[in-house]
Amino acid sequence: MIVAERKSLDQIESMIEGFEKVLIAGCGTCVAVCMSGGEKQVELLAAELRMKGKLAGRNRRIDEITVTRQCDKEYLDQLARYVDQYDAIVSTACGAGVQFLAERYDTKIVLPALNTRFIGVAEGPGVWSQRCMACAECILDQTGGICPMTLCAKNLLNGPCGGTNHGKCEVDSQKDCAWTLIYRRLEKLGRLDLMTKIQPPKNYQPMTKPGRFTHEAFEQAEGNEE
Amino acid sequence: MTDKTQADPFEPKLVAFCCTYCAYTAGDLAGSMRLDYAPNVRVVKILCTGKIDAVLLLRAFEDGADGVYVAGCARGDCHFLEGNLRAIQVVAYAKKLLAEIGVEPERLEFFHIPASAGPLFAARANEMTDRVRKLGPNRLRAAAGQDAGGKLGNPVDEHAPLPPARFGRLITDAERVVGRIGNPP
Repeated sequence: MIVAERKSLDQIESMIEGFEKVLIAGCGTCVAVCMSGGEKQVELLAAELRMKGKLAGRNRRIDEITVTRQCDKEYLDQLARYVDQYDAIVSTACGAGVQFLAERYDTKIVLPALNTRFIGVAEGPGVWSQRCMACAECILDQTGGICPMTLCAKNLLNGPCGGTNHGKCEVDSQKDCAWTLIYRRLEKLGRLDLMTKIQPPKNYQPMTKPGRFTHEAFEQAEGNEE
Repeated sequence: MTDKTQADPFEPKLVAFCCTYCAYTAGDLAGSMRLDYAPNVRVVKILCTGKIDAVLLLRAFEDGADGVYVAGCARGDCHFLEGNLRAIQVVAYAKKLLAEIGVEPERLEFFHIPASAGPLFAARANEMTDRVRKLGPNRLRAAAGQDAGGKLGNPVDEHAPLPPARFGRLITDAERVVGRIGNPP
């Protein structure tokens, strides 16, 4: 899931400075799960902005709506009947959602309420950590299901380096050495032979930005339309 | 309520979210014991303080409450094991949000009030009322009735939702429906 955190109220407040009618558009998928931009968080943000506005004596209208996803056109269309009434839309989606919303309603000012952090997992209640950096060439089969691209500070594919220190990383002594974790896991799995395999240099070409992907089943259809 | 003249001292309005099992029962007990406590407190009975959400607390202030407190069971006594512990976290979070907005976080508090503590219920009500009286009126009260927006009606989903997913169900090869071709019944 995409993990994001909300910007500070002051930052959001300064973005909507001067707008009288603002719509807060939530996203009900990833950012709802990581408690930063779902329906509940939209309610909270809207209540905060309304109260702050009232305290400052501003005559401002803050409305709220949450759609299932902001990264699918079908769900963005649901906002069509509302957007014209507003001076600006504050989106609590990830960066992708904000951009898609801004693209769909390109005459509207669309503002981001979140800082998008990473692709990660929920470690526990309210705690998320990064597990994937979308390198486009997954090697988890060779590393016991632990990603050295993400967890190793040096992105080493053949580790550990000389900086591994009793299971911790030389870059940050609080962080686990990814390659120690990989060694322990492979040991547990009885697949330590994988440690001796030398990984070829990483091909970074598939990571070139901006990424684009067409599902095989749709490639033909896309070609025909042109 | 009678109209008050300007000379009247400020009388705060407080909302107390009380859990059924402890704080609300303590309130009942305070009544049975004929204890006097501040009439400023409006009690809202909730099943468990674990139900409390930061939105509910903020909304109380948005609607003009001068003070809000959440009262639940003692540590370890929650009927639902850890509802009160969650409420403590939520109240702490809501205090931060209030500070961000510019409302004094002291207007919000969490109290443990066991079911047998009628006098404590009265003492907490008085304590919180005094605290809020010193802080003065909630500056949002004047604008409480003013329409500043709200939740828009969710549009009817034009795209039929997907059939319910059956996540977590193991589908094995054995339960696959076998085709009839070359396999007459």
